[in-house]
Amino acid sequence: MNELTVQNSSVFHGKRINRRTKTVILIILISAIIASALLAGVLISDEAVAADFTNAKQKPSFEHLFGTDWLGRDLFARTMKGLSISIVVGVVASLISAVIAVLVGIAAATGSKTLDGFINWLIDLVMGVPHLVLIILISFACGRGLKGLLAGIAITHWTSLARLIRAEVLQLRSEQYIAVSRKLGKSNGWILINHILPHMIPQFVVGLVLMFPHAILHEASISFLGYGLPPEQPAIGIILSESMKYLSSGMWWLAFFPGLTLVIIVILFDRLGDNLKMLIDPYSAQE
Amino acid sequence: MIVKRITNVFFRYALRVITLLFAVSVIGFTLVSLSPVDPVQQYVLSVGSVSPEQRAELEDYWGLNDPPVERFENCLSAILHGDFGTSLLYRRPVIDVIREKFANTFALMLCAWVFSGVIGFILGCVMGANRDRAADKILKRICLLLCSVPTFWLGLLLLLLFSVWLGWFPIGFSSPIGVMNSDVTIWQQIHHLILPALTLSLLSFANVALHTRQKLIDVLESDYVLFAKARGESKRQIMKRHGYRNIIMPALTLQFASFAELFGGSVLAENVFSYPGLGSAVSAAGLNSDVPLLLGITLFSALFVFTGNMIANLLYGAIDPQIKESYANE
Amino acid sequence: MVCKHEHLLDVQNLSVSFKMYDRGLVQKELKVISDLSVSVDRGEILAVVGSSGSGKSLLAHAIMGILPENAAIQGAMKYQGEDMTPEYQEKLRGRQIALVPQSVTYLDPLMRVEKQVLGAGKDAKKKIPALKGIFNRLELDESVGKQYPYQLSGGMARRVLVSTAVIGDAELVIADEPTPGMQTGQAIEALRIFRELADEGKGVLLITHDIDLALNFADKIAVFYAGTTLELASSGDFLSGEESLRHPYSKALWRAMPQNGFEPLDGFQPFSGSLPSGCLFSPRCSMCEKQCRQKIPEMRELRGGFVRCFHAT
Repeated sequence: MNELTVQNSSVFHGKRINRRTKTVILIILISAIIASALLAGVLISDEAVAADFTNAKQKPSFEHLFGTDWLGRDLFARTMKGLSISIVVGVVASLISAVIAVLVGIAAATGSKTLDGFINWLIDLVMGVPHLVLIILISFACGRGLKGLLAGIAITHWTSLARLIRAEVLQLRSEQYIAVSRKLGKSNGWILINHILPHMIPQFVVGLVLMFPHAILHEASISFLGYGLPPEQPAIGIILSESMKYLSSGMWWLAFFPGLTLVIIVILFDRLGDNLKMLIDPYSAQE
Repeated sequence: MIVKRITNVFFRYALRVITLLFAVSVIGFTLVSLSPVDPVQQYVLSVGSVSPEQRAELEDYWGLNDPPVERFENCLSAILHGDFGTSLLYRRPVIDVIREKFANTFALMLCAWVFSGVIGFILGCVMGANRDRAADKILKRICLLLCSVPTFWLGLLLLLLFSVWLGWFPIGFSSPIGVMNSDVTIWQQIHHLILPALTLSLLSFANVALHTRQKLIDVLESDYVLFAKARGESKRQIMKRHGYRNIIMPALTLQFASFAELFGGSVLAENVFSYPGLGSAVSAAGLNSDVPLLLGITLFSALFVFTGNMIANLLYGAIDPQIKESYANE
Repeated sequence: MVCKHEHLLDVQNLSVSFKMYDRGLVQKELKVISDLSVSVDRGEILAVVGSSGSGKSLLAHAIMGILPENAAIQGAMKYQGEDMTPEYQEKLRGRQIALVPQSVTYLDPLMRVEKQVLGAGKDAKKKIPALKGIFNRLELDESVGKQYPYQLSGGMARRVLVSTAVIGDAELVIADEPTPGMQTGQAIEALRIFRELADEGKGVLLITHDIDLALNFADKIAVFYAGTTLELASSGDFLSGEESLRHPYSKALWRAMPQNGFEPLDGFQPFSGSLPSGCLFSPRCSMCEKQCRQKIPEMRELRGGFVRCFHAT
């Protein structure tokens, strides 16, 4: 019996170490991919992805990992460039969105009942229009391009994190030590900065990490539809959208590899977010 | 009593929907007015050469010289009279375009909705009942993976596999090219529907499955299942008597609440497969600056989502014990 | 161990512990039942008496074999002389052994009461006449059968739960706190039903904190404290007074009864996470000595009962 227990607990310990190691490995992997993609964005000169008709329509090989397209452009180089754009867009958009979420969440929890009701209504509103349609509309309003893309993604992604933050702040507000601070004559602003905001940091980070894959997926979707970035900037969605014309001629690699790269990035971030959530709050985040 | 309660919920919700739809139209209108794209210019491009006088007339006709608020009022009163304007792209009243395209989209979404709901529910049950066993772990992995796959990429892969390599399905269009609309058989329509519907369902069943799995696990961990076990009920009996009964309504509620994702997914699936539905229309409207159509579809999609949410809310009310009481006393 | 007497249910040195996740993900073993021994014979009611939150329900769940997966069991449990392996327990559940659970949450919220009382299986419908009789005895209106659990009052729910156990032909009924929430008359009726079952030759294990009620119907009383039994006495011992009892805690319980002076015992029962190293009652015992704090006393026979105390005479 005792043996059994010891054994089991070591298994459990193993699991715990595992989670941390896993998180660290994920972070390293993601950093490596991001770094190489960003480096690629800067280093890969336009000539490397320039048309080269002698090498057109090549299948994947050691020379061209992902093959080449109908203009002879190296697909791997293009994908890495596209990834760097997608990542930048994703990070910036989710950052904006997470900041909106924190502000709105805190406002809903600490403001008047009317404000809370209004924010609730606003969330219903944002959730009520299919995100893709809303992003198309916002993109259209901003005259397409990067600005519309960022605005569209940022405006559609903050709702669930805002709800989470609101619930968290409401719970914090009912804690004893907040009441004590209030009795001690601390102002609401002081309490907000010293007690509430610090508690929001983990939520903010996890929310941000979990928002990122969604942002990147939406970015890809919207550029696939032809909004967002101009075709000269090869975002993954644009590469995929262009590949459609060549699918019937059997150039499967044009669609396969860029999409796969995107999926891998999305999965890595998703796993990282889940792992972070578990490390921060093992009880509520049981699988 | 139940009727009264449901009408009560219904009216409260309807009021909310009206305010929300109004807000959607205000925001939509504001957004398109902000756009640097000049609709007249777009129109002119599509029509061909237009003299400056005609152009001025057009601007006047569309009320572009009126102040924005007045334009919005005109626009709103037209909408209230059922007039959504004329689509620049299709040269037909927006309402007709929406009606026609929605019929296609509806067929697509209905298939995907039913299919993903049924498959998701079954898989969720399998996972929940076999929690932490190999089947559960593998299926869970697959579901989580599918959540990370972009709709259009999956669509592209299916297109490659089934249309290009296997040649089982056509590449695009809901009717064969060169055939008159009226000559399209129902079989041909279904033929063109399968791949986009499959794409759409593959992406939404994962959500239902994971949700159902969790619900079933909660049910199986409940006191009443423990008691059923204590009374000698077999696993199968427990699932039959307590399992399905307690998870079907939440799953159905979730399905109705997912209309927004369904619509978003159909925009992408329709674009990949050139399926002539609302999704193709909305992206085309945006790309071609067809403002009336863009606004019309936005409003329509919002109405669609709100309807789904309302049904979800009503269903949720139906599992609420307070409402169930009147069922029990009948 | 030569067949001296075969009990219907015989539990020897049962321990139940849970693996819990403590703060910071440190795993902890939580012993909720330790070294517990009880036995039930045909024709008798054994009442396991102890205050709430002392792990009594888990005893019932352990016997039924329905403990959660993170529970570990030690010790021996026998039903009619046969080892209760998980397979055997599965066979016994609902057929030989019936459980009366302790709260309305043990009823499916979306199923009508009647269907739940009748239970699963093909012959469920045949039990309808029996159901009517039992409902009648327990003062449950026939319409209750058509209701859903949330519509029942606390007392009604308990009576429904009692009826689930009585309707079968179980040889052993384990009743986990069956009476709270019932009116006195109904509680007495419920216990009278258990008494009748026992008189028909069945065995009843009654888990309760209501010592007063238990005394009037049970044959034997097991005094349960912090996850173990401190004394096993006949009901008669309790009725005849403090002197007939053996353990200081039993005596304190006796004195705490309303008719015996209502004198409460100071202190609290230790939590399962922080049990004392010696006798579990030692921190509250007036007779506590050094050895009590160092070693857990064994259960020993004394004056026709059993006691777990170094000093009891």
